[in-house]
Amino acid sequence: MALPPPDPQFVLRGTSAAVHTLHFSCGDPEPDIPLLFSGSENGFIHVWNLKTHRVDTALDGHGRKSVYCVETMGGKDRLLSQGRDQRICLWDLAEGRTAVTDSVFTEHVGFCRCSLLKVAQGRWLMAMAARSLEEVQILELPSKTSVCTLKPEVGAKLGMPMCLKLWQLSCGSQPVLLAGYEDGSVVLWNVSMGKALSQLICHQEPVMSLDFDSEKAKGISGSSEKVLSIWSLNEQQNLQVYKTHELVNAGISDITIRPDKKILATAGWDHRIRIFGWKKLKPLAVLDYHTATVHCVSFSDHSNPRDRLLAAGSKDQRISVWSIYVQT
Amino acid sequence: VCFIPGGLDCSISFVSHVLGKVCIHGRQKEILGVLVPRLADLTRSDCIWQRICWRLVEGVPDRWMEAVVLGFVQRAPRADVLSRLLGNLVVKNKKAQFVVTQKMLLLQYGHTTAVLQSLLGYLSLDSLRRTLLLRVLQELLETWSSSSAVKHSPAEQQLYISKAILICLSHLKEPEIESCRQELLTSMMEGVKCHLDSSLPQLRRLGMVVAENISLKINTEGPVLKFEYEEDDETRELKSLLVQTPSFCVVPSLPDDDESGKAGAALPLVPEGNETSHRAAPVMPDEESDAELDSDDDLIPYDMSEDTELKIKAPVYIRDCIEVLTGSGSEDVDKWEATVKALESLVRKNPAATREVSVELAKILLHLEEKTCIEGFVELRQRAQVAVLTTDPIPVAKYLTSQFYSLNYSLRQRMDILDVLVLAAQELSCPKFHGKTKHSGAQKPCIQLLPGSDSSQGWRRIVDERIKSKTRRFDTGQSRVELASHPNEFNSVAGYFFFPLIQHFDRPLTTFDLLGEDHLVLGRLVHTLAVLMYLAVNTVAVTAMGKALLEFVWALRLHTDSYVRQGLLSCVSSLLLSVPTERILADMTEELLETQSWLGDVMEKDPDGDCRRLALQNLLLMENLKKKLEAVPS
Repeated sequence: MALPPPDPQFVLRGTSAAVHTLHFSCGDPEPDIPLLFSGSENGFIHVWNLKTHRVDTALDGHGRKSVYCVETMGGKDRLLSQGRDQRICLWDLAEGRTAVTDSVFTEHVGFCRCSLLKVAQGRWLMAMAARSLEEVQILELPSKTSVCTLKPEVGAKLGMPMCLKLWQLSCGSQPVLLAGYEDGSVVLWNVSMGKALSQLICHQEPVMSLDFDSEKAKGISGSSEKVLSIWSLNEQQNLQVYKTHELVNAGISDITIRPDKKILATAGWDHRIRIFGWKKLKPLAVLDYHTATVHCVSFSDHSNPRDRLLAAGSKDQRISVWSIYVQT
Repeated sequence: VCFIPGGLDCSISFVSHVLGKVCIHGRQKEILGVLVPRLADLTRSDCIWQRICWRLVEGVPDRWMEAVVLGFVQRAPRADVLSRLLGNLVVKNKKAQFVVTQKMLLLQYGHTTAVLQSLLGYLSLDSLRRTLLLRVLQELLETWSSSSAVKHSPAEQQLYISKAILICLSHLKEPEIESCRQELLTSMMEGVKCHLDSSLPQLRRLGMVVAENISLKINTEGPVLKFEYEEDDETRELKSLLVQTPSFCVVPSLPDDDESGKAGAALPLVPEGNETSHRAAPVMPDEESDAELDSDDDLIPYDMSEDTELKIKAPVYIRDCIEVLTGSGSEDVDKWEATVKALESLVRKNPAATREVSVELAKILLHLEEKTCIEGFVELRQRAQVAVLTTDPIPVAKYLTSQFYSLNYSLRQRMDILDVLVLAAQELSCPKFHGKTKHSGAQKPCIQLLPGSDSSQGWRRIVDERIKSKTRRFDTGQSRVELASHPNEFNSVAGYFFFPLIQHFDRPLTTFDLLGEDHLVLGRLVHTLAVLMYLAVNTVAVTAMGKALLEFVWALRLHTDSYVRQGLLSCVSSLLLSVPTERILADMTEELLETQSWLGDVMEKDPDGDCRRLALQNLLLMENLKKKLEAVPS
């Protein structure tokens, strides 16, 4: 007899706007407090204290325009946020400060979240959608120098880039970018040479979100249709479709694979969060708590496996936090 | 008649005379049937024979010239043959010119396309004759763009003229088009307007095809006029006329290139994905089975039986529906969509609740506009309206008919009212068909019921036969079609549907003038009245309706729009079929006699073929009625 799905461990209320992005920062040992950063439609970034379940700080840096991406850069003192005011802001939050130290004007009017990759101590690469319709720009942070611009060939008609993921096989190897586009294809780009290595049409509709497991060279993408597409990367750096999974309701806003690569979570337009096993994409649970479309899901980076959490932010202005499959 | 070849210097005027006389006596076919092929052969390479031939036709006296030229043009298989036979006759002889450029093109319209091709081709083959070609084109365009011609000439003539215009266009060369570009443009604009104004779809299509092609010719680069219409044999034939001359080919196949290009580009990617996935699929499972027990199996799934399709719930009560539909702007659009889809069935399931709010619902539905992109919105709305009307006929009919004549409604809304009334009337008068109307109403139910559906005329004829086969009729509500009889619910409400519609047709409002510009709506109104009349058979009000309808028809009988006239004639048919014969003869004798003489007139003189056919049908029906009465011993 299968157990009914669990209830959320707790629910964070108080953003007073739809939640578009979440990011945990729980890796630091005691006495540091585990934190959850959330970006909302009203332009605020809330820093949630996961012990008291209250907002510690609210950051206002995007002129009340929706914040749709939040990432930490090596610890909770440095934050990066991306908003609909076409800016990416870098924050310094150490010692209670709430200052924007730097910003990048992207001129991007879409919703494509940027992707960060640490390449060396104090240096990051950031992939972001640029001003021109189909292009992706790679910048080096914190120097903000442009590394390259990835332009699809003329007539490729990929549309806007919808989601990005920068990764490298191991520290020191070539950084590679996976980009999902409006026409439903995923393209693998070589960043240093600035050219596309492989393209795969995964969906009929725009790719809404993707995530990649670099150890197994397997990735998953979700779109506005009912199909989840799992694809793999072979030795020749070619993308191939591995499997597809049909969902009950159409529309996926976000997909994320847990850091231990055992399970993954999808945020659906049908207000439900779905958990799958990553190895074989076995459906494990359907978490039905929210009353509006779920915009984002995120796994925490707790060092103790038992403390791991899953957070989901929704249009109904609530963040649900779950503790699921933590025994493994 | 055989020719004597040789180097003799003979005068062939005698032969010309003979030829002319034979032709004028109507023997063109026989003589030219032999002569033309022979001459065509002889003149193929021999110049002398060509000159003899030209001399032959030139020598025909003027009074017989028309018959001869007509015969030649009809017999000649191709333009170049005609050119060899006639030479520059059209330039030299006034009568021949008149026949070729005026009579055959503008005054007659019975010739085949092949004849048109050879005639116009003939004009284009010689530089002397090309001026005539241009003049011909101008005159054709004048006719084509004249609004009175569009209104009054028969459809066949208009088709003929359109074909001629297209063939002329195909023969014109660039410099010639340059010189008359402005005139072409002006005529095209005027002509398009007159054609689109017409109520007959065939004429509208003709106008659209010709205008598109003219625009294609005069704007070889830059935006070109493009209409949306359904292709049918006629339009395809017309379009094919443009591409026949090899010297001036217009290739309209650009879109095809694009599409095939795109398809080609997309294909390499997808098969790549498919192929490789085929390769990958057998590989992966092998690996998996070899792999160690993965800890995935440790993860026990939770119960997922609640994971079903997300359905937006539509409201269950009619009043809730009203609230949702009248609710303000950006409220739950999903709910609005679900309400629109569920409304018809809700109305039918809750007749009592509907009756409480029927007029309000009718008002909301009449003004309902598409908020989101639902498939089949127009049909959903119409079905809901019909459901409301059939559930509570009297007040809603009163409301709808009063709105038909009110200010500030669009033509589309007024025509919607008519369609809804007809569909509801049909449903009320034969409720058994309720299931069937749903299916036949899959696309555009309104147009199916209103003519030109020949099927409805055919049905009438079947009914007609049935009338004839029975010598005595009982008036006790026997249904016309042999199915289980049902009480005719239309009986009690027929008057409410019919009379208000007929009342105010001659009172113009500021935005709506039935007798003036809005003759399309008038046409639809007339057809609606015909159907309502037909469905009112065996109702109490049928005689009164018949009388009112006959007066209405009489008042409008000379209307210029052929769609309206067709409707009026259908009204008369419905009348003759629905009103019991005794009542017709008792109450409407004089009107009937007047109508009969009018029908005779229409049958002979009306330019529209359908009108003549309908008039004939009506006269036959009247004959049948008379015979039937004579058959019944009084």
